[in-house]
Amino acid sequence: MVPLIIGITFISFVVVHLAPGDPTQFLSSMNPKISETAREKFIKMYNLDKPVYIQYFLWLKKFVKFDFGESFSQDRKKVIDKILERLPVTLWLNIASMVLVFAIALPLGVMSAYLRDTIFDKAVTVFVFVGFAIPTFWLALLCMYYFGVIVGVLPISGLTSYNFESMTLFEKIIDIIKHAFLPVFLSVFGSLAGLSRFARNSMLDVLNEDYIVAARARGIGEGRIIFKHALKNALLPVVTIIGLSVPGLIGGSVIFESIFSIPGMGQLFYQSVMMRDYPVIMGILVIGAILTLLGNLLADIMYAVVDPRIRYKKRAG
Amino acid sequence: MKRLASLLLLFLIVLISGCSDNSAKNEGLSNGQSNVSDSKFGDALVEGSIGDASNLIPILATDSSSHSVAGLIYNGLLKYDKDLKLTGDLAEGYEVSEDKKIITFHLRKGVKWHDGAPFVSEDVKFTYELIVDDKTPTAYDSDFRLIERVEIPDNYTVKVFYKVPYAPALASWTTSILPSHLLKGVEITKSPLQRKPVGTGPYKFFEWKPGDSITLVANTSYFEGSPNIERYIFRIIPDSATMFLELLNGTIDLMGLSPLQYAKQTDNPRFKERYNKYKYLSNSYTYVGYNLKNPLFQDKRVRQALTYATPKDDIIEGALFGLGTRATGPYKPTSPWYNPDVKKYDYNLEKAKKLLSEAGFVDKDGDGILEKGNLKLKFTIITNQGNSSRSMVAEILQNSWAKIGVKVDIRILEWATFINEYIDKRNFDAVILGWTIPLEPDLYDIWHSSRCEGKNLNFICFQNAEVDKLIQDARVEFDFDKRKKMYDRIQEILAEEQPYTFLYVGESLIALSNRFENIEPAPAGLMHNFIRWYVQKENRKYFFTQ
Repeated sequence: MVPLIIGITFISFVVVHLAPGDPTQFLSSMNPKISETAREKFIKMYNLDKPVYIQYFLWLKKFVKFDFGESFSQDRKKVIDKILERLPVTLWLNIASMVLVFAIALPLGVMSAYLRDTIFDKAVTVFVFVGFAIPTFWLALLCMYYFGVIVGVLPISGLTSYNFESMTLFEKIIDIIKHAFLPVFLSVFGSLAGLSRFARNSMLDVLNEDYIVAARARGIGEGRIIFKHALKNALLPVVTIIGLSVPGLIGGSVIFESIFSIPGMGQLFYQSVMMRDYPVIMGILVIGAILTLLGNLLADIMYAVVDPRIRYKKRAG
Repeated sequence: MKRLASLLLLFLIVLISGCSDNSAKNEGLSNGQSNVSDSKFGDALVEGSIGDASNLIPILATDSSSHSVAGLIYNGLLKYDKDLKLTGDLAEGYEVSEDKKIITFHLRKGVKWHDGAPFVSEDVKFTYELIVDDKTPTAYDSDFRLIERVEIPDNYTVKVFYKVPYAPALASWTTSILPSHLLKGVEITKSPLQRKPVGTGPYKFFEWKPGDSITLVANTSYFEGSPNIERYIFRIIPDSATMFLELLNGTIDLMGLSPLQYAKQTDNPRFKERYNKYKYLSNSYTYVGYNLKNPLFQDKRVRQALTYATPKDDIIEGALFGLGTRATGPYKPTSPWYNPDVKKYDYNLEKAKKLLSEAGFVDKDGDGILEKGNLKLKFTIITNQGNSSRSMVAEILQNSWAKIGVKVDIRILEWATFINEYIDKRNFDAVILGWTIPLEPDLYDIWHSSRCEGKNLNFICFQNAEVDKLIQDARVEFDFDKRKKMYDRIQEILAEEQPYTFLYVGESLIALSNRFENIEPAPAGLMHNFIRWYVQKENRKYFFTQ
C-alpha cells in the first residue's frame, strides 16, 4: 500500500502544479496597491522558485512525519487543523444521508423487483429518475425559497442558528435537524436512483434463479422466499458499494455546501483549488486516497465474511 | 373547543408579554453595564459576506472580507471622510514640512486599545517597522519603503522622514495601526491576534466561527463616542443566490445587490416593506484596453473610431439595467479629481467610419471587413469568466463594431489562465477589464511608461512623455489645486488618445433593513457614519444579555 500512496501523491502533486497560476498571483495580480517585492517574498517563503520535484521531496519529507504543513492562504493555519475543523460537519451529513439512502433505496429496489412491471415499479422508477435528473442546485433553491421564505418553516442556510449557544439541549437538537433537513433530504433524493436500481437488478437476477423456483415448488411462503432466500443473496454486491463509498464520506459536495453555506470539506477543497493552496489540496487528496485504499480493503474483507464461497476459495488457494 | 382556544390564546399572550418583559430587562442590563445614557443603544446589524475573512491583522490579508471586518476594529492615522477627502483619525492633525520630506502627525490623546492599554506614538513607529520588516509577509510595503526614518519625540507626536517628497504617502497612513505592546518581539505570522484582533476602533472582536460568522461588539469607550448598534455580525454565505434568499427572509440586514436583483427582483411590496435600497457610484470602472504594441491599434484614429462606435448608453442599459454612468477617464464623476471637460465620444457610426477611412482602412475585397495593406481589421477581445456583464459588453461591442467593418471574436477565459497566459505575457489584442479607482489619485502603476515591461499593470503599454512627466510631478505635489491641474491635463490626453475605451462606472447597490435610522448616503457610501446609526426600541430585533 505504501508504494501506491507514494505514487498517488506524486501524480497528484505534479498535476496540481501543472495548473496555470500559483498561490502568489492572487496576492499580486491586478491590484496596484500591492508591492512588487511582495511577490518575490512569497515565492521564496513557499519555495516556489525550486523545481517541482524538489518541492515534492520537501513535501514528502514532512508527510512521512504526518505533517501536512501550513496552508499557503493568508490565515497560515496548519493544514491538518483546517481539515479537522471542517471534517465533522461533512462526515455527519454524509453519514446521515448515506444511512437514509440505504434505508430507503434498498426496500424500494427489492419491492420494485418483486412487483416488477406493476404500477408501483413504474412509479418508483419515475420517482428515482426524476431525483437523479433534476439539477440539485436548482431544486435546492426552489425548496429554500418555498420552505424558507414563503412558508417560513425551515431556515435557509447555515448549520445552526446564531443564538445556538444559548439554547437548551432540546432546542439545539431541533435547530440542527431543521438546518440539516433540506441538505440531507435533497442529497438523498438525488442519490436514490443508483442504489435502488442496483438493488432491483440484483434482486431480479436472484428471483430468476433455479433455487427460487425450487423453493416455491417446495411450497415455502412468499415472505420467507424473498427475505430469507432471495434478499440474502441479492445483497452481497451491496457490501462492495458500502466499502467503496467510504472515501466519499469526507468529500463534501461543493454545490451543496456553497448553496447551504455549510463550512465543510467541499468548500475547503474548492477554495484551496481556486487559491492554488497546494498543501491543503495535497492534504485532502492524500486523506481521500488513503480512505479509498482502506475502503477497498474493507470491502474485500467484508465480502469474505458474508460470502462463504469466497472464503472457501481463499482457503483452497 | 372555544374555551380551549381562548385559554390557549391567553396563555400565548402571557408568554409573549413575559418574553418582552424579559428582553426589556436584558436591554436595561446591557445599558447599565456599558454606561451609555441614551436609549439608542442596542440591536445588531447582520451583514452577508460572500467569503470568510482570512487574517485579521490587515497588513497580512489581501482579501476584501478581512479588510471589511478589520475596518471596524482598527483605525489609521488618517481616514477618508464622507466626501472622500483625507482627514484625521488617530491623528488629530498633520503638517508637511517646507521641503515636503517630513510629515509630522499629532496624535489624539486618551485613545485606548481594546485591552485598555493607552495608544501612543510607539505604536505608530512599531507598525511602520513591522511593515518594512522583511520577515513580515505583507503586500502593502511599497509606500513605506520610501521612508528614511520615523522619530517619536514624545508620546503624541510622530515625525516621518521621507527620502523623497511623495504625495501618495499621506494616503498610505490610512493603514491600520497595530498594538505594539501585544506584537513587539512576537513572530507576526504566529501571533494570536490574527484570529483575535485588538484594535482601537468602534468595534471589538468577540467571536469567529470559521466559515460561519464573525461577531464584533460595540466598543463603548470609542474615542468618537460609543456606537449605538450593539453588535456587528458578518454571516458568511458563499452563494449569492442563497444570500439573497436570506435577505428576503429577513435574516440578514445588509447586502450588496447585483443590478438584476436591484432593478427587478427586489421591486415588490414585500421587499420594500422591510428594506431600503441605496445606490452610489462604485469605486471602479470597466474599460476596453487595446494592446498598443499591436499594429492595428497604433493609429489613435482607429481607437477613436472604435470608441465612437461604442454604444455606452446601450451597454449601461443592457448589462447594468441602467445602474451606472458613462466613464470618460480613470476617475469617477463624483471624485474630486474628475475632469468633466474632456473630449467626449457620443455614439456616432458615421464619424467612426470617417476616422477609419482617414486612417487608411477600406474594404477592398468586399468581405465586409476593412483592411489596410495586408492588415485586416479583425481581432479578438478577451475577458475573464464569471463576470456576466463583461461578456455581455463583449457581445454588444462585437455587434456594434461589425457595423463599421470591424470583425471581432470573443474569448472568455478562466481567471488564472487569463492573467498568466494572456495579460502577463502581453498576448492579446483587446481586453475587457475593470479597475478599482483608488482614493489616492496617483496613476503611476497603470499609466506610466515604465510600467509597461514585465508583469506590470500598464499591460497595454501606453507610453506618452507628457503623461509620464505629469504623473511624476503630481507625485511630489501636496497642494490639492496644483495637483488637480496636472491630473486634469492627464485626463485630457487620455481622452484624446483613447488607449482605453472607458465604458462605465457601475453603481454600488445596497439593500439595508429599514429598522436602522440616521443613514446618510454620501460619495463615500453608507458606512461613514455607522456609529451614529440606531434602531428605535420598538423595532429592535436582537437582544443580548452579555
